[in-house]
Amino acid sequence: MNDVAVIGFASSDVSVTTSGVETLVPVFEAALAQAGLERRDVDFWCSGSSDYLAGRAFSFVNAVDAIGAVPPIAESHVEMDAAWALYEAYIKILAGEASTALVYGFGKGTAGELARVLALQLDPYTVAPLWPDAISVGALQARLGIDAGLFSERDMAAVAAARDDASSVETLLDRPYVAMPLREHDVARVADGASAVVLAAADRVGGRRAAWISGIGHRVDPQGFGERDLTAVPSATAAAADAGGLDGVQVTALHAPFTHQELLLRRALGLPDEVRNVAFGSNPMFSAGLSRIGAAAEEVMSGRASAAAAHATAGPLLQQNLVCVLRSES
Amino acid sequence: MRRAAVLGTGQTHHRTRRTDVSMAGLCREAIDRALADAGVGWEQIDAVVLGKAPDLFEGVMMPELFLASALGAAGKPLLRVHTAGSVGGATANVATSLVRAGAHRRVLAVAFEKQSESNAMWALSIQPPFSAPITAGAGGYFAPHIRSYIKKTGAPGHVGALVAVKDRRNGALNPYAHLRQPEITLESVQASTMLWDPVRYDETCPSSDGACAVIIGDQQAAEASERQVAWIRATSMRTEPTFYAGKDHVNPRAGATAAAALWAAAGIKDPLDEVDVAELYVPFSWFEPMWLENVGFVGQGQGWKLVESGETALGGALPINPSGGVLCSNPIGASGLLRFAEAAMQVMGRAGEHQVAGASTALGHAYGGGSQFFSMWVVGRNP
Repeated sequence: MNDVAVIGFASSDVSVTTSGVETLVPVFEAALAQAGLERRDVDFWCSGSSDYLAGRAFSFVNAVDAIGAVPPIAESHVEMDAAWALYEAYIKILAGEASTALVYGFGKGTAGELARVLALQLDPYTVAPLWPDAISVGALQARLGIDAGLFSERDMAAVAAARDDASSVETLLDRPYVAMPLREHDVARVADGASAVVLAAADRVGGRRAAWISGIGHRVDPQGFGERDLTAVPSATAAAADAGGLDGVQVTALHAPFTHQELLLRRALGLPDEVRNVAFGSNPMFSAGLSRIGAAAEEVMSGRASAAAAHATAGPLLQQNLVCVLRSES
Repeated sequence: MRRAAVLGTGQTHHRTRRTDVSMAGLCREAIDRALADAGVGWEQIDAVVLGKAPDLFEGVMMPELFLASALGAAGKPLLRVHTAGSVGGATANVATSLVRAGAHRRVLAVAFEKQSESNAMWALSIQPPFSAPITAGAGGYFAPHIRSYIKKTGAPGHVGALVAVKDRRNGALNPYAHLRQPEITLESVQASTMLWDPVRYDETCPSSDGACAVIIGDQQAAEASERQVAWIRATSMRTEPTFYAGKDHVNPRAGATAAAALWAAAGIKDPLDEVDVAELYVPFSWFEPMWLENVGFVGQGQGWKLVESGETALGGALPINPSGGVLCSNPIGASGLLRFAEAAMQVMGRAGEHQVAGASTALGHAYGGGSQFFSMWVVGRNP
């Protein structure tokens, strides 16, 4: 089996149009420069994005214009966060069908009313017709967690305060609710963004800086809000086990659209308090998970950690989860 | 490289409106048939790959999420592929890679489109800011490419109608086909309404509700199968932009490059001689001669001659679309997987009345977008 490593990462927090092209061109350039590869050295391209974020069908088609796919390229796309596109590319390399890959995700979250758009992810026959917005749905989960004694509003505020040094828990708790028990700081800021990660098989890594993927796992839970305990995240727990476990992990990059979800994830992943978490201020849909993998890889490539774990989530209430473990040694 | 094989296939009855089933029910109809055909139980499925075309066709964002339980994916890995019209083929190829990488023993690939849930024409006609308008309807987009093919090759005008007659009659042999027209004739096709010159009503694919499922297994799973499997000899995918200076919409480079890579990986030197049957993605009749040339079965300008000679009909040298093809059933997201599944059914000897006698090597082909996304596989009776 081929060993696979992350050798380049770049991201952007701007988005000009829903096609992603203007944002992606410089992101590709930066990621490839860090990887020390040319565009033509990439064997396989894979992306993640959503038509519903762009508000149009086939929205990923125009993004191909950012690649310069003449002559034609080997390419694929998932209608998911690009963390799952990275998994597809990782599989291609493991299968021996490619030696290098560039994975990208993009989305213009501010193009519409995200919380309302996400209602359309719910069961179209029984739930979506009620138009439950994503923040209200998130509040149901937070309430269940609080009532079960798993955490408090203060604990949630502490998560927010940890990513923003300017805020104290006390001042955050003085602010009004947006959907009780959630306050503004409990909800990740809607953002635009794009990111790209470059992967290489062991024989193409050479002397480059590399964060070796020791395992990736991903699972999905049933969506129905009554079909599972919403205060547990069994798919995240199983994904971490599939990824070979988190032994030795010193830092994590978690994708939690709500503060209470970061607390639920830490429990589901069994993370001790001393494990550091890379802070993210926003949730640029469809590149956020891939950016977590890129950030965890940066921790390893820079030498700040010898092992890091990245997490991505999709769907309502942490329905689908991916865990990627990166290490300094192959 | 590890081997992978199709263990079984299943599909729905394709219709304009399957109001008797939900999206979940539609997918399950195909999946249950595939599991039975493969002799595999739910508990033996390690992962699920779902493919479909734009979410706006059903009006649900990422429907695989609410379908997770119905797909048997709850608690398992679930991937959602979307590569435009080629997606059904891409879904099978991704599932194949999962097996070849050693990640899983048995993977369920399923693709569906329930176009009656929404309005496909509306979904395709949203005008995004700062973009050139997309002509409403695929026919209006592709008709100029067909006219260019006719002008370039001097193909006689009845070739498209010949393809339509052949595919609709083939579809009449396929119990799952949406359109089954055993009585269709060259004259009746040529008398049908002109939609986009030179494409007439009877030369156009329908809009269907339907699903298709394929179970892909590793060598151990294939050898454990009591029935004939379809060994996946090679897969291929290529992409190019919708428009660029020098783009050839009649003979797209991405299709030719994908096919060349496919034949090389499968060790096939003379496709016309070595392939027994092919399922090409033909949504408008004239794409049969165009794709015959593009994938390299015949040289440039020769595709229409093979069609006219009758060699692409059942009983000919290279039967094309014995299932009836996209011209008979077109649940868009599933259409590519239906091509791939029919190729597997042919080499497994399970194609019923549309079986090509002695088929041992078959091509499955799909394309999408502005003739820019291509996915293909070659399956064989032997590894």
